[in-house]
Amino acid sequence: MSVEPAATAAAAVNLAGVGKTFAARGRGSATEALTGVDLTIAPGEFVSLIGPSGCGKSTLLRIVADLVEPTVGEVLVNGKPARRARLDQDYGIAFQQSGLLEWRTVRGNVELPLGLHGADKRERRSRADELLALVGLEEFADHRPSQLSGGMQQRVAIARALARRPALLLKDEPFGALDEMTRERMQSELIRICAETSAAVLFVTHSIPEAVYLSNRVVVMSARPGRITDIVDVAIGERDEDVREADAFFGAITEVREALRGRRVA
Amino acid sequence: MRARSVFSAVWPPVLFGVAFLALWEWFVEARDVKPFVLPKPTAIWEQLRDNHDVILEATWATAQNALVGLAVGLVCGLLAALLASRLRTLDEMLTPLAAAVAAIPIVALTPIFNTMFASTSSIPRRLIVAIAVFFPIFINTLRGLRQIEPVHAELMHSYAASPWTTTRVVRLPSALPFFFTGLRVACSAAVIAAVVSEYFGGLQKGLGPAITSAAAASAYPRAWAIVCAAIALGLAFYLAALLAERLAMPWRRSTV
Amino acid sequence: MTLRWPTSSAPALRRAAMIALAVVLLALLWEGYKLVFPEDGVHIGDSLVLPRSDDASMPHLKEIVSVFGQDEVSGSAGSSTVFSSVVSAVWYSLRLAAAGFAVGVAVGFLLAVAMQRARIVERALLPYVVLSQTVPLIALAPLVYGWSGNLTLFGADWQPWMSVSLISAYLAFFPVAIGALRGLESPPPVQTELLSCYAASWWQTLVRLRLPSSVPYLVPALKLAAAAAVIGAIVAEISTGLPGGIGRLIISYAQQATGDPAKVYAPIAGAAVMGLFAVGVVSLLDVGLRRYQTPEGVS
Repeated sequence: MSVEPAATAAAAVNLAGVGKTFAARGRGSATEALTGVDLTIAPGEFVSLIGPSGCGKSTLLRIVADLVEPTVGEVLVNGKPARRARLDQDYGIAFQQSGLLEWRTVRGNVELPLGLHGADKRERRSRADELLALVGLEEFADHRPSQLSGGMQQRVAIARALARRPALLLKDEPFGALDEMTRERMQSELIRICAETSAAVLFVTHSIPEAVYLSNRVVVMSARPGRITDIVDVAIGERDEDVREADAFFGAITEVREALRGRRVA
Repeated sequence: MRARSVFSAVWPPVLFGVAFLALWEWFVEARDVKPFVLPKPTAIWEQLRDNHDVILEATWATAQNALVGLAVGLVCGLLAALLASRLRTLDEMLTPLAAAVAAIPIVALTPIFNTMFASTSSIPRRLIVAIAVFFPIFINTLRGLRQIEPVHAELMHSYAASPWTTTRVVRLPSALPFFFTGLRVACSAAVIAAVVSEYFGGLQKGLGPAITSAAAASAYPRAWAIVCAAIALGLAFYLAALLAERLAMPWRRSTV
Repeated sequence: MTLRWPTSSAPALRRAAMIALAVVLLALLWEGYKLVFPEDGVHIGDSLVLPRSDDASMPHLKEIVSVFGQDEVSGSAGSSTVFSSVVSAVWYSLRLAAAGFAVGVAVGFLLAVAMQRARIVERALLPYVVLSQTVPLIALAPLVYGWSGNLTLFGADWQPWMSVSLISAYLAFFPVAIGALRGLESPPPVQTELLSCYAASWWQTLVRLRLPSSVPYLVPALKLAAAAAVIGAIVAEISTGLPGGIGRLIISYAQQATGDPAKVYAPIAGAAVMGLFAVGVVSLLDVGLRRYQTPEGVS
């Protein structure tokens, strides 16, 4: 079974009028988690979702992943409805907890999505080794997850997400549990990996510098009800280590911060 | 430095054990305690040495009952847990029953089984052991099967995995630690049930009858020696459970 | 060992209904077996694999129930009913088990406090305590009986019933020692360090922090200890033949089984009720100590 990249003509993600209301539980009232979300992500584009707690960014990510159903609106991933895209395995996902299975080796964890969909043993192994080399963990292939640090576990999770060469990567605060230095290193790694795979990325974070460093566009959201309030284009050129200290970087951070405060002049 | 940490964990209980035995020996000697109250450790050891073939025979008879009952109880407990994790009604019937049974002295059922089967049969005792083993296996395995970490559930959903695939790939392996907790309890319970059910009459083979007949004949050091054999049997089963756990789950460093 | 009491999350009414349903199914299974399977039982080769289904081996449920109203010694006027014999035997054994339970819990708890206070005590003794739960200590029961009539402790003669209570105490001791120790050591460093900052003494820390924190661990341990005390009492009575107790009653009715097969079910049912009662009483503690339970409980 060959693993082909999905068609690139259609937008990677297309959201039109998406809203989500969670039904009332017990004595509370219904929560409007998201309303009126319109967003298009082009193939190969890196888009971050940022906003305060409760603004619905994780919910939005899960709607794209077809883990949550929207109450209204249309969700298209790779030109197909979200459910079809999930069944066709058009995306790879990584959560804040790496979610590695502790009883499998590192290689076994990366092979998981391949094994679930019928790749044969040799194919699985070579693809897994390829991915581990991509994230720089080829020496740890036979280790157990408990023997790896948090950052390394997240790298395994990223490798796993890339297993079937998806056109779209979904990430829900994957570096949230890491310390600042490791985070910055992981961000550089992620940029390198994404450059090699040309997948589009939808990235949820609550760190402004992280969003600015990684993305082509930063989608700013606000809470009650959750909605998109602004989209900031980040055009600061090639993302290398020097960019973190460039004026343009800080300028973009300020733009996003102002947008979060609702004071940005477009 | 692992040797050092093993040593430092081992010397306090070993020292205490030796001191305890020495104190026991001295106390019996100095206060002239009669054997039917408390025999000397050395007397017990002598009896073990002199009667070891008879004691081994009795131990083997009890061990067989424990093993057969353990096997049957294991299989039934596992099946029941698997079924109960899928069928809510079964779960709701068996779990409260398990809580009630945990309070009841199951071994008291032995006379009933003795009449149902011939009293020369080993089956009543094996049945008691099977029941005593069934419940810890059932309860603990079911608890393990019911749990799944949310992140693993979401991951499997994102892979569009079928419920059976999710069970096979995630639920079963994560239920293993719970199963082994149950196995440890079950192995000890098997020996205890095997020995105790022998006190309720029936066949005269096994450690239980050997102890009572030694006590009845006032051969107390021998009776204590047989008790030691029973304790050793219980330990052996428990260690076997620990070993099985270590072998089946090499990724875990410690037992809960 | 993390021995946990099984709990069901369904509401009480549904749980009771489900237990009733299970009992009904078991009853149907019993009578159904008698109906379907041969009187001689099912043999494989020479040995009996499934039980005999004749009335002597498996009495009808109706008969079992009616046994309770039967006279104890049939034919003789003025003898008490089986039911009242069972009740008084249960009451007798229950008191022995309760005495043993009280002693076992007290000693177990004190040992746990000692182990918490002095690490060396824990290191020396805990392995024995843990391993004691895995071995059939109950095998000692017959040996303690010889003490009666031959031992004088603190000026009083050793009574036969004391042997039974001792076994109960012995079996109740271990789960309590382990559960209490785990509970006393359960407060996280952030809490013990807080009390250190207040210059609290060891005793104050014990009373104000460790004891309340140990409740979620103690209650399941006490339930286990109650069940163990009951089993200990019954087995001790059986292996020593102590008159008046439920164990003795089971043995004597079992010996009459050829003439009256249903009779032995009565004291066995009594033993079951005894166990349930003991655990039930301890569970009341659960309700009383609700304030100290963590939201999810640790059982």
